Amino acid sequence: MKDHPAVAAQGLVKRYKKSTALDGVDLEVPHGTVHGLLGPNGSGKTTTVRILTTLTIPDGGQASVAGWDVRTQSREVRRRIGLTGQQTAVDDLMTARQNLTMFGRLFRLNRIDAQRRADELLDTFSLTEAADRTPKKFSGGMRRRLDLAASMILAPEVLFLDEPTTGLDPAGRREVWEAIRHLAAQGTTVLLTTHYLDEADKLCDRISVIDQGRNFIEDTPAGLKRRIGDEWLELVASDPADMKNLEQLVTRILGTEPVLENAEARLSISVKDGVAALTAVAAEISAQRLDIADIGLRRPTLDEAFLHLTTPVAENSLEETR
Amino acid sequence: MTTLKHQTKDAHTEEKTGSRVIWGIRDCRTIVLQEFTHLLRQPSTFAWQIGFPVVMVLMFVYVFGSAMDVTGQGAGEGYVDFAMPGMFALTMALGFMDTAYAVTHNKEKGFMDRFRSMPMSSSAPVTGRAVSDVIRAGIDLVVIAGVALLIGWRSGGSLGATLAAFVLLLWLRLALIFVGIYLGLCIKNTETAGMLFAVAFPLGFISSVFTPPEMMPGWLGAVAAWNPVSSTATAIRDLFNTPGIEIMEPAYWIDGHAMAAAIIWPAVIMAVFVPLAVRQFKSLGR
Repeated sequence: MKDHPAVAAQGLVKRYKKSTALDGVDLEVPHGTVHGLLGPNGSGKTTTVRILTTLTIPDGGQASVAGWDVRTQSREVRRRIGLTGQQTAVDDLMTARQNLTMFGRLFRLNRIDAQRRADELLDTFSLTEAADRTPKKFSGGMRRRLDLAASMILAPEVLFLDEPTTGLDPAGRREVWEAIRHLAAQGTTVLLTTHYLDEADKLCDRISVIDQGRNFIEDTPAGLKRRIGDEWLELVASDPADMKNLEQLVTRILGTEPVLENAEARLSISVKDGVAALTAVAAEISAQRLDIADIGLRRPTLDEAFLHLTTPVAENSLEETR
Repeated sequence: MTTLKHQTKDAHTEEKTGSRVIWGIRDCRTIVLQEFTHLLRQPSTFAWQIGFPVVMVLMFVYVFGSAMDVTGQGAGEGYVDFAMPGMFALTMALGFMDTAYAVTHNKEKGFMDRFRSMPMSSSAPVTGRAVSDVIRAGIDLVVIAGVALLIGWRSGGSLGATLAAFVLLLWLRLALIFVGIYLGLCIKNTETAGMLFAVAFPLGFISSVFTPPEMMPGWLGAVAAWNPVSSTATAIRDLFNTPGIEIMEPAYWIDGHAMAAAIIWPAVIMAVFVPLAVRQFKSLGR
């Protein structure tokens, strides 16, 4: 058994001339798990991945991957990781097979092993039929799968995926998800970044929410949802002019202000006891003879969890800078 | 989907200095092969790239050449012989744009990051680029020399001198490869790389490539004469034993020392740009 975590980072700091990209990121990813780094653009996800994959040197803190220090033992780290960056780094002018064989050679397999490995990977990622075509004509999902295959040449201990489905259509996302699940099922540790919350929800065992260069919450997808209340009460006004009245009404009854989506005339609010809240609000609406298009209870999405969790931090730091 | 076997990595956990050099060479070869797969895959792009200097040769020799009097023996007289060495030198000089574009492209596409996250030789992306671009330049020279022979250019020098001239040309190209790598690493994206023409044209044309610097206004002539491209052009004119050249007195000191300058200039360029390129490559990690 391995006595070290697949990824361990303490207090990672990275400063650029004008900004601080990371301001103390801590991570611990056990072997064989899929860990998500969830955050908006510019939150520090990519910088974290770049440090862990030895592409960027941190200004502070420590990090190790597969037990090797990313700063002082980068060569050892590179032998044990795979990286799929934001851009698909495959050669558009070489066939899928030529691409994988070339990367195999650069991973120091001999010619025969590199070719055999290329064929295995083409099979694993369902690309055998496209093996002799150039990725230029591939769909987004196929390109990504080829990119993933190239990261899997040495069957790395830890696979880093930086926004693996950004820019893909729904079919492409599903293909890539399936490939990632397959790799995870075989025991590859995966660290992925995403700003798609459903993606983190579907793929990850644990999620670190990261914003403004700090990760402040780590939990399971279910745990994250629990943190923001069990249920959401949702109201849709028939007439957008009623929004103000409805907002006041809900605030008065439930004691907290609802989230407004004015474009859709929708109000939503996190509630502890969904049924009681629904009954009370519905009764008051009919008593005041307000007209609504819809009312209901639903489980929170990760999007809401995410907004709920990051917004206070964003506001605080805005005040600090003023 | 089949199951991925976890491969043993013991085979390459030990790496001694000697084998590091060998791996450096092997990785370099892999990258050179990648570059040449591109050429084979895109024959039309290659044809366009090679077509540019060929069109330039024809344009300058026939359009401008007929009005130029470089030998003092009348317009157009001996211009092919004067212009061809310049054309060779110009092709070498402008080649750094191709290098810069390729480097920027690789950076932009995430290739550089992928290579840097792999256990391959860290010098291979640079050496591979340099080797394949020098080979490319050799192919360029062969094609242009072929066209030149067709329109009546002949080397007046011995076989040895002629070969030496081509070695000097590749020497200049090699030096400028590192300028290209440095610029390619500095430049943000390939659109910006296209604007390198603004740098490349003065470098190529404010020189003795098409016009003797003596015919330019004083200060510009001095700049042109001291341009490394001019030194190589003048040196190879000498090696090709270009007729009409020997009757001209060197107007600038460096003209009289063109051979030495054609050897030293590229060395100076490399002394400056190799460290700069290495530093820029490392700073990708900052």
